[in-house]
Amino acid sequence: MSTFIAISFSGLALGAIYFLVASGLSLIYGLMEVLNFAHGAFLTVGAYAAWVTATHLPASVSAPERFLVAVVVAVLAGAVIAGATEVALIRPLYRRPVSQILVTVGLDLVVVALLLGVFGSNSQAVPVPSWLAGATRVGPEILPNADFVALGAGAAVLLGLVWFLGHARYGLIIRAGVENRDMVAALGINVRRAFTLVFVIGGAAAGLAGILNSVVFSGALVSPTQGDSLLIFAFIVVVIGGLGSLWGSALAAVMVGMLQDYVSFYAGTGGLAQMGSISVVLLLAVVLLVRPSGLMGEAR
Amino acid sequence: MLEVSDLHVRLGGAHILQGVSFSVAAGGVTAMMGRNGVGKTTTLKALLGLVPSTGSARIMGQEVRGWPTHRIAQLGVGYVPEEREIFTRLTVAENLRLAEAGLSGDYPRVYSLFPELQERGRQAAGTLSGGQQQMLAIARVLLRVRPLLLVDEPTKGLAPKLVGEVVEVLAQLSSSATILLVEQNVHVVRRLAQRVLVLDHGEVVHEGPADELSDENLARRLVGVSGPE
Repeated sequence: MSTFIAISFSGLALGAIYFLVASGLSLIYGLMEVLNFAHGAFLTVGAYAAWVTATHLPASVSAPERFLVAVVVAVLAGAVIAGATEVALIRPLYRRPVSQILVTVGLDLVVVALLLGVFGSNSQAVPVPSWLAGATRVGPEILPNADFVALGAGAAVLLGLVWFLGHARYGLIIRAGVENRDMVAALGINVRRAFTLVFVIGGAAAGLAGILNSVVFSGALVSPTQGDSLLIFAFIVVVIGGLGSLWGSALAAVMVGMLQDYVSFYAGTGGLAQMGSISVVLLLAVVLLVRPSGLMGEAR
Repeated sequence: MLEVSDLHVRLGGAHILQGVSFSVAAGGVTAMMGRNGVGKTTTLKALLGLVPSTGSARIMGQEVRGWPTHRIAQLGVGYVPEEREIFTRLTVAENLRLAEAGLSGDYPRVYSLFPELQERGRQAAGTLSGGQQQMLAIARVLLRVRPLLLVDEPTKGLAPKLVGEVVEVLAQLSSSATILLVEQNVHVVRRLAQRVLVLDHGEVVHEGPADELSDENLARRLVGVSGPE
């Protein structure tokens, strides 16, 4: 029972990381119909920005403060590169989906190559507070603190986005734009600002996912290709949840994270650890067969 | 108010507008008529920058061709599309709030014309009846002062009683705004419009006073359509 709860909790934390990446992808596709293959690069840039910050702050800065500042910088770095990408690369290519795919794939390759060139192929260790590497007893269970942080971040981003989309004026514009962006523009609203904002929000969440994924699942190491491996699962989450559906992404992220952890553990004891990833692809296939528009998506 | 000259639209290899030219003076209602597929809706979309076009379109003295849609709308152009295109997943109140476009909306005016929309503020717009959706589509353009309204087939698919209500609202609006009305129903046009433009094969083939349509034979020859009283 104890093992099952620990795996469930780890699966939830993994789901939270997937959600952080997938929420931005889903919003970007939902509003702009852009398949953003550079999203993994936003994540990686966020993680590297956090690492550079955490390792260059003065020694007088305490470990918790160092980590908090690094997280903030990761979020900002993700937001800035995403916003710049939308303005410089995506905006000139509206309604040209093939060109958008090519340019975002190209950007991802360039960012990974740049990071490899500047920082090398070795993974880099992010200094984290000792509390984050520890665990907390909850009843009979001992659960990793890092998982709590990932879950808290995922929940906070979900609630923040739900509030933003439900109550803020730009949230309203984004929801309307997902349905009919031409009509939003015909009401006199500059929907392109909403496009940029969606990229910025998605990039910020990806930056956060970048540093948290390093801390929670990669031994506090950042690497140039970490974004690409997460991006594949994030795309699967977005498709399972339904393109453009935030709640769909949240539900699918939890399903994928938990399924992957359960199967990896229980099949892994039989030497089939890769079955975790395969099970996710099978889940995707089943969902697409039963409900092609995803769990909470609408047919387009 | 509106001057269109040699407007061309090509979409997917089809040459839809083939040099549309006309002008609309300030005030009143100008109806644009013609058979299905001759380019009436495309003309409105081209004026709003919703489809790429070549030629010239001047609104209130400003050349707007090439402008982004939101900028054209901010000039004071309201658009009531043929398919209503309300935001079905938003509530009625959210649809209206969006249409304020960052300014304070003239809700007293909207609710005096459409009291039902106030009662149904929290209802998802997609669950409204066709007539209520049309009212919402019209209400959206009334929240702000918009000197030019582009209204596309506002009576299409409505029950005769609702057609009468929509016509009444448009008649009231025409005292404060210039309306370019795409309409197939000759009787609605006779009731509302002072001038008529007839499109055929992507060009304006006839312009004249709306009174001409009282001659049934001429109306049938020009437009090829009629409608219920």
